[in-house]
Amino acid sequence: MKDFGYNISKGRSINLDEYRPEKVDRLLEAVPSYKWCIGCGGCTATCTAGGLTDFNIRRIHNAFFRGQYAGFAEQLDHCMLCGKCLLVCPRGVNTRALIINMRRILEG
Amino acid sequence: MEKRYWNEYQKEIADDHYFYERSCIRQTFFPGSEAAFLRILRDELGKDICDNPHQHTCTGIGYHSDVVPFETTMTVVARLFALMTEAGYENYVPSCVTSFGVFSEMVEKWEHDPELLAKTRQWLWEATKREFNIPKNIAHPSDIIYKNRFDLQPKMKYQLVNRFTGKPLRVVEHIGCHYAKIFPDKGIGKAEFPYVLAGMIEAWGGEVIDYPERRHCCGFGFRQYLVRENRGYSVSNTKKKFESMEPYEPDFILTNCPGCAMFMDKWQYTIAEMENKTFDHEGYGIPVLTYEELTGLLLGYDPWTLGLQLHQVQSEPLLEKIGIAYNPGEKYKGISGRLLPRPASPECLKQI
Repeated sequence: MKDFGYNISKGRSINLDEYRPEKVDRLLEAVPSYKWCIGCGGCTATCTAGGLTDFNIRRIHNAFFRGQYAGFAEQLDHCMLCGKCLLVCPRGVNTRALIINMRRILEG
Repeated sequence: MEKRYWNEYQKEIADDHYFYERSCIRQTFFPGSEAAFLRILRDELGKDICDNPHQHTCTGIGYHSDVVPFETTMTVVARLFALMTEAGYENYVPSCVTSFGVFSEMVEKWEHDPELLAKTRQWLWEATKREFNIPKNIAHPSDIIYKNRFDLQPKMKYQLVNRFTGKPLRVVEHIGCHYAKIFPDKGIGKAEFPYVLAGMIEAWGGEVIDYPERRHCCGFGFRQYLVRENRGYSVSNTKKKFESMEPYEPDFILTNCPGCAMFMDKWQYTIAEMENKTFDHEGYGIPVLTYEELTGLLLGYDPWTLGLQLHQVQSEPLLEKIGIAYNPGEKYKGISGRLLPRPASPECLKQI
């Protein structure tokens, strides 16, 4: 490959035809309230683990839906399942069940 | 029925008596296009167009790269308008999309700031002892071809149809950003639904491809390109477009901007060299044509007179598909009739 003195960066666009939507379907089946999320970020703002680590429920939620699973398992391990996010969610999303089921689905 | 929003907006395009201004990039990389435009206007449409030998740059590249001050650009533009005024014309036709954007911007600025116009007149007088009128109409050459597309169609020898399958050729149309993204009302169909090239393709038998990154920049971007270390921004943009259009298998790309034609053509070689990737099945690349080259080809002009051999991606497979006659032996023949040296062929991007 020739070196011209510059690089081509990889695009950040997400091709929804290429990721595995069955993981999202399985999550929706296990936690139907998953689809009620409006992305307000209340869960992330109140998260105890988020204050101590780089754990971010909102980001994980979006990434899972987009099929971006890289580094996901380590992220999910930061959650202590305290359930504070569940108390503040204005839409009643069962966020604890979301985290537990994401772990199960990713494990196989 | 689907609503076609572009129908709501058609810009005013002068009918005759044009003053032509050539493009810096096109004269270097696509010299046949401007000659073809003048030939089409004079010989096919019978229009009057002035090609003044005293013209010069509009400063567009330097202006958009922040190396030419705004006042300098205004005065240079004023000098070009002075040439038009002295030649007795009122309809300005800049070959380059960036020039078109620059002229539209200066005229808009002068309309809102008459004192600035007075200053520009003074600067031009002090520097050159010339005076100028603001053009009554500024139209891009692609606007003029678009306006006359149905008059040209009966004169055409070929149609945009694949002669092997009988199906319309699938075409990606790419409009330069400075055509309608700066001043949407200066473009046919405004910025969101520019129809200037799509109208030509549909009128001449082709099919326009609507792909996700259709309105994305070609990657030129002036500052992104000028410094070598920054060129990754430019080529990454172009690659994003190619990746987006690749699944639709375009037969060729049609552009109305010098920068777009150059970068979408040349970067195909660069991407092939850096990543061993081409965006067609056979490894030849996707041919990129200017609208004058396309019009000329369909009218039966010789591909080598139009300058297609100067493109990075060679167009013989496209000529075969349309059924255009060409002589391979004359591909590299100069104006004097002598054969020029054959250029080197890269291994990563197949050449004919």
